[in-house]
Amino acid sequence: MTTPSTEFTADAAAALPGPAWMQQRRADALARFEARALPTEAEEVWRYSRIDELDLSAYRPVVAREAPTGLPAAVTAVADAAGPRSGLLVMRDGRLSHAELRDDLSAKGVVLGSLLQAAPDEGAEVLGAVAGAPDAFVELATAFLGEAAFVRVPSKVELDAPLVVVHWLDTDGGAVFPRTLVQVGESSQAGVIEVAASDDVAGLAAPVVELDVGDAANLAYLGLQQLGSRVWQVAYQASRVGRDASLRSFTAALGGGYARLRTDSRLAGQGGSTQLMAAFFGAGDQMHDFRTLQDHDAPRTTSDLLFKGAVRDRARSVYSGLIRIRHGAHGSNAFQTNRNLVLSEGAHADSVPNLEIEENDVRCSHASTVGPIDEEQRYYLESRGVPPAAADRLIVGGFFGDILDRAPAPGVRARLRQAVNDRLESD
Amino acid sequence: MTPAREAGGDRGAPAREAGGDRGAPAREAGGDRGAPAREAGADQGSVLSVVGLRAGVPEREILEGIDLELRSGEVHAVMGPNGSGKSTLAHVLMGRPGIRVTAGGVSLDGIDLLALPTWKRAQAGLFLLPQYPTEVPGVSLDDALGEALTAAGRDRAEVPELVAAEASRIGFDPRFLDRPLNVDLSGGEKKRNETVQLGVLGPRFAVLDEVDSGLDIDALRAVARRIEAATTESNLGVLAITHYTRLLHVLRADAVHVLVRGSIVASGGPELAEELEQTGYAPYGVDERGT
Ligand SMILES: Nc1ncnc2c1ncn2[C@@H]1O[C@H](COP(=O)(O)OP(=O)(O)OP(=O)(O)O)[C@@H](O)[C@H]1O
Ligand SMILES: [Mg+2]
Repeated sequence: MTTPSTEFTADAAAALPGPAWMQQRRADALARFEARALPTEAEEVWRYSRIDELDLSAYRPVVAREAPTGLPAAVTAVADAAGPRSGLLVMRDGRLSHAELRDDLSAKGVVLGSLLQAAPDEGAEVLGAVAGAPDAFVELATAFLGEAAFVRVPSKVELDAPLVVVHWLDTDGGAVFPRTLVQVGESSQAGVIEVAASDDVAGLAAPVVELDVGDAANLAYLGLQQLGSRVWQVAYQASRVGRDASLRSFTAALGGGYARLRTDSRLAGQGGSTQLMAAFFGAGDQMHDFRTLQDHDAPRTTSDLLFKGAVRDRARSVYSGLIRIRHGAHGSNAFQTNRNLVLSEGAHADSVPNLEIEENDVRCSHASTVGPIDEEQRYYLESRGVPPAAADRLIVGGFFGDILDRAPAPGVRARLRQAVNDRLESD
Repeated sequence: MTPAREAGGDRGAPAREAGGDRGAPAREAGGDRGAPAREAGADQGSVLSVVGLRAGVPEREILEGIDLELRSGEVHAVMGPNGSGKSTLAHVLMGRPGIRVTAGGVSLDGIDLLALPTWKRAQAGLFLLPQYPTEVPGVSLDDALGEALTAAGRDRAEVPELVAAEASRIGFDPRFLDRPLNVDLSGGEKKRNETVQLGVLGPRFAVLDEVDSGLDIDALRAVARRIEAATTESNLGVLAITHYTRLLHVLRADAVHVLVRGSIVASGGPELAEELEQTGYAPYGVDERGT
């Protein structure tokens, strides 16, 4: 990776809006970023990635104070595809562009808006409460954080439809740092659909998502990544799951040039559970790169991970996952499954599962497969008179069927199925 | 749900009648047992012809020259010891990857089947009911048959109705048909699922590779009756690979072939199957270890 552009400067960071504490946070993060080495593929956690090819100097942080106004048709289409919703928040280049929330929910104390506007004072505690700073990109993301999308569901509130957050990347050559903070209060239930999308621009996005699931709360989170093929994404999703709480997180990644997502899920309270799912399908020269951590830090916690992906043409994918059962997390269960279909000779998938267990009384399993379409299955379907292209479509659809059926928003499933089909049949 | 034993009407011959003194094939070859129901009277009968077929895997030859001629409406049984090449024969007809033909040919009404990819062999009218039906995770029966019908220029909208009708004919609980193809089905359920597909697709020739294995007594009768009915209703020609005569008591064989070490060493009428039941394969030079 080459040296960052001179535009990632203290002056540029200082020009961003926000109260004093925010300015300080940016300055501190920038100082840490500058002191910290940029990642290289020599590090295990970046192994197989494409990070050495990233030219940071090709991008400029977007420092405009105001977001472009109005909702482009593409944004509306993306938001509407999510189906009925409780509210919609649109962030463009990391700036608040549009916010709407059902009146009955605002009356109950639900918040959907910009952190700096909706909670300017307590923002300091919310920001970074869940996410650490595992690498230089997270520091950079804080140093140039514009506005953060903030979702708060107070205690004992149940949403009957999801809140939708759209992050739209506008600026060609821009580096954007979308931040999403989701707080689900004790005994609440909520669904959040987050969409990251762009026009066909060249860009760098380093989103950070923090999910804080309170005790006995329930959060269903669906992330749809449909960025343009010239966008680099280095994303970080951190979650903290409280006592007897449950998180269901599903990521569908179809877009991006190089698109990385690091998912750290910490089970912080006894009896908590997390389900981590992802479906990804790369074509052309795309690369999807997933790193996951199932971090069991309390007794009797459960995590269940299923990541399924396909690659065709010259596309590549990486799945690397760690189950960590910390001392004291006795009685925990952790499962990790990664399955990959390699559809072309030139495509490639790597799968690296790992366990780190400091307790005896636990149940863990991991499984991973990488391979082409099963020849027996194709032969069987052909023996019924199904032409090979249709057989492959059925088999790939079937491969993704079980994971897509688990997407938390039923309205999105059919669209994802269609997207998988389109991806398979496009030239 | 129709009980299995009622499915298929009254055509099944009771076991004690089979293999009696019928020296001649139970029926005449050549499609005089009624034209296919859906092509009223148009079909003069087809011929599946295997000539001097040698095939195997790269390491070794398994079939050492097979000759067979099967006509519409006929049932030919193929029996033989484990490992003699019966499944290989079934798969080479269907074109399974990995099996290499080294000599000979297979044609259906003069069309060179070996030159066609598997799906076109199926479209030409060949069906294989495999010994071990393949599980296809996430793919529904309706979707698979829908694609097959579409490719054949038929209306895929017919699928649910056809499937329901076929399932009821063999007394198969339709809830099994909602599962992905063959996934989580018992051995016998798989064979019934396959029989449903055979019924829906309506091929000219079906190769049944041990359709009887795994089926319980009632299910076997129902499946055998369904296929026997197809030989008259739609003039289906059947190559039935089996180890036991029970199947042939309902699905009456016109001819029986004995396959040993990759060659057909004897052919005869249905009485040959009964004979084998008594003698085993020792008269054909096979010892108890099957070699
Ligand atoms: N892919 C293969 N590679 C090597 N040997 C094979 C392969 N497939 C089959 N064979 C061998 O070829 C021989 C014939 O196998 P085949 O499955 O045709 O037997 P079969 O007559 O159907 O037996 P069964 O009655 O047990 O079903 C066996 O000895 C088998 O081990
Ligand atoms: Mg066999």
